[in-house]
Amino acid sequence: MKKVLAFPHLGDYKHPIKKLLQDLTHLEVLDTPPITKKTIALGSKNAPDSVCVPFKYNLGNFIEALELGANVLFQAGGGCRYRYYAEVQETILRDLGYDFTFIQIIGRDHLRFKELYHIFKNLNPKLTKRTFIKALLFAFFYITYLDKLDEIIRHRVGFEIEENAFLKLKNNFIKECSKSKNIFTLTKIYYKYKKKSKKVKIKKPKNCLKVGFIGELYTAMESFANYELEKKLAKYHIEIKRFTNLSYLLWKKALFLPFMKRKVKKYCKYTLGADGLDNVYRVLWLKKHGYDGIIHTKPTGCTPEIGALPIIMKVAKEEKMPILFFSFDEQSGIEGINTRLEAFYDLLTLKKEEEYESLFRN
Amino acid sequence: MKAYLGIDIGSISTKGVIIDEENRILASSYLWTEGNPIQAVKNVLNELEKKVKDKDIKILGVGTTGSARKLIGTMLGACSIKNEITAHAIGTLSKYPSVRTILEIGGQDSKIILLEDGIVTDYAMNTLCAAGTGSFLSSQAKRLGIDVKDFGPIALTSKHPTNIAARCTVFAESDLVHKIQMGYEKKDIIAGLCYSVASNYLNNVAKGKKIVGQILFQGGVSKNIGVKKAFEDLLKTEVLVDADGHLMGALGSAILAKKNSKNEVFAFSLKNSKFETAGIECKGCPNHCEVIVIKKDGRKIDSWGNRCEKGSLIH
Repeated sequence: MKKVLAFPHLGDYKHPIKKLLQDLTHLEVLDTPPITKKTIALGSKNAPDSVCVPFKYNLGNFIEALELGANVLFQAGGGCRYRYYAEVQETILRDLGYDFTFIQIIGRDHLRFKELYHIFKNLNPKLTKRTFIKALLFAFFYITYLDKLDEIIRHRVGFEIEENAFLKLKNNFIKECSKSKNIFTLTKIYYKYKKKSKKVKIKKPKNCLKVGFIGELYTAMESFANYELEKKLAKYHIEIKRFTNLSYLLWKKALFLPFMKRKVKKYCKYTLGADGLDNVYRVLWLKKHGYDGIIHTKPTGCTPEIGALPIIMKVAKEEKMPILFFSFDEQSGIEGINTRLEAFYDLLTLKKEEEYESLFRN
Repeated sequence: MKAYLGIDIGSISTKGVIIDEENRILASSYLWTEGNPIQAVKNVLNELEKKVKDKDIKILGVGTTGSARKLIGTMLGACSIKNEITAHAIGTLSKYPSVRTILEIGGQDSKIILLEDGIVTDYAMNTLCAAGTGSFLSSQAKRLGIDVKDFGPIALTSKHPTNIAARCTVFAESDLVHKIQMGYEKKDIIAGLCYSVASNYLNNVAKGKKIVGQILFQGGVSKNIGVKKAFEDLLKTEVLVDADGHLMGALGSAILAKKNSKNEVFAFSLKNSKFETAGIECKGCPNHCEVIVIKKDGRKIDSWGNRCEKGSLIH
């Protein structure tokens, strides 16, 4: 039987991951259908009721991909309940009667290159260590550049004059990157688009609102799961700082953790699982760098974030930092989210105006 | 005379006020929404028009708030469409400039707004559950066979309020049934219900918030003096209830309309136009966005709800 590979969605990372899988296996990699209400309906129908919502999205992705003919599924893992995703999802899908191979690439919390090599060697017996390393390096640079470009865009997208100018730019960037053959051309493309992104016309006031976006990783990175929160913030002309991205999770975090631990010693003695401790640190960071407010998102029942919430609340209170909490589940009513967001925006604007005026009074 | 109109369309009731340039209320109206916001707003406009008929006023701006603010705002061509939190804060501040805490319990949502020096510093709204809101009280009043308006006075006569589980509406209800069968007096049960609403609010919505004076209690439930007393007992401070407390959201949106006025005169005759809304399910992709289309006299004036460009093409 012909092997068809598929993996669940995670924002724009489907492009580098797809490229990596193609380079490693030379097999067909299926484009998992975009997340829609049908995806989440399928996921919640077949998932345990109380499981966190990324599980449901992933499961829905898998079912939709299987229906289209995928038969090798990839799932990562680690950090929190995410560890169990692969096993439980495999069991559920087998109970549903699908026939497939299930591969977990990050078992036991850490990415092990040797293990990874053997997984792909099984899929593609012709794979050499040389091409393996080359493909991984390519993916590494691809993800890094994508995240870097994203960061530049996040600073400017709220102030674009021509609508969707940055979205178009990013889509073109991804298109060119996926076509490029080696790291050298990839780097060239990145610098070309970096220059381009700075040339896109924007109208940015000096004292614009700046908001930090923290919280659980999936609801931060997958825009469907957070009801396109970043887009909404951009519509309010807010500069956004988001910490969580794939390059952070895969390698930066490990380097950064001892430093963060030292910085939040006053509040946490141990890590809180997943990104709990990171989020406590981020509140302090955002305050120090003059941000106006924080938005925290998590799926309902996300254990590490629930542990971190009281600490984050305390820190935010001490630092007098306005903070808005969102807890997302499979419900699709967005009116409540819009109301809270609008009120938060009003709160920040009025506070900023008052601060600005009092500056002149004194 | 220049005047401004503010409308607050809630789940249970629709409120409308007309204010002058000094934010004084010239006329007000308070009617049930009864599941039909468009008709309710037409009725409110009718009542307001009658009240200001003999005065020479020109309405130069319309503001809407409440859960149907977008629909009604589009319908009336409003110059300000604002969320309830901002509207309530601004409305209340115009009357009580030194207010620090606003407790608000409405038909199906409740919120707390904290202010400092006239600026909102923090707020919270209830999560998806309607526990401890007006609709809970009115459904329990029905069970006890009492008009919800009599709830407060009866509650005040009780000396020993019954303890009723407050966390969840479903549990509170089964607890209530149990207490009735045990033989508790009705007035004690009613007082217990008032306490359960107040303590539910303080434990859920106001959790972790520092409540300091001056405290104002608003929303439909604030008309119930039993709940007001329960709040005072639990917080151990005075809680103010304004006679116009239910109009604060409408007042706030009228003030916002004044700020954003485009100096276009609003005509009451708009209420005679025929407004239609339709929910269309876009079939462009499996997401099936629910697109709302609003028509005035058969002509489409606006639509929303689609997540991509496709949704705007189908009608």
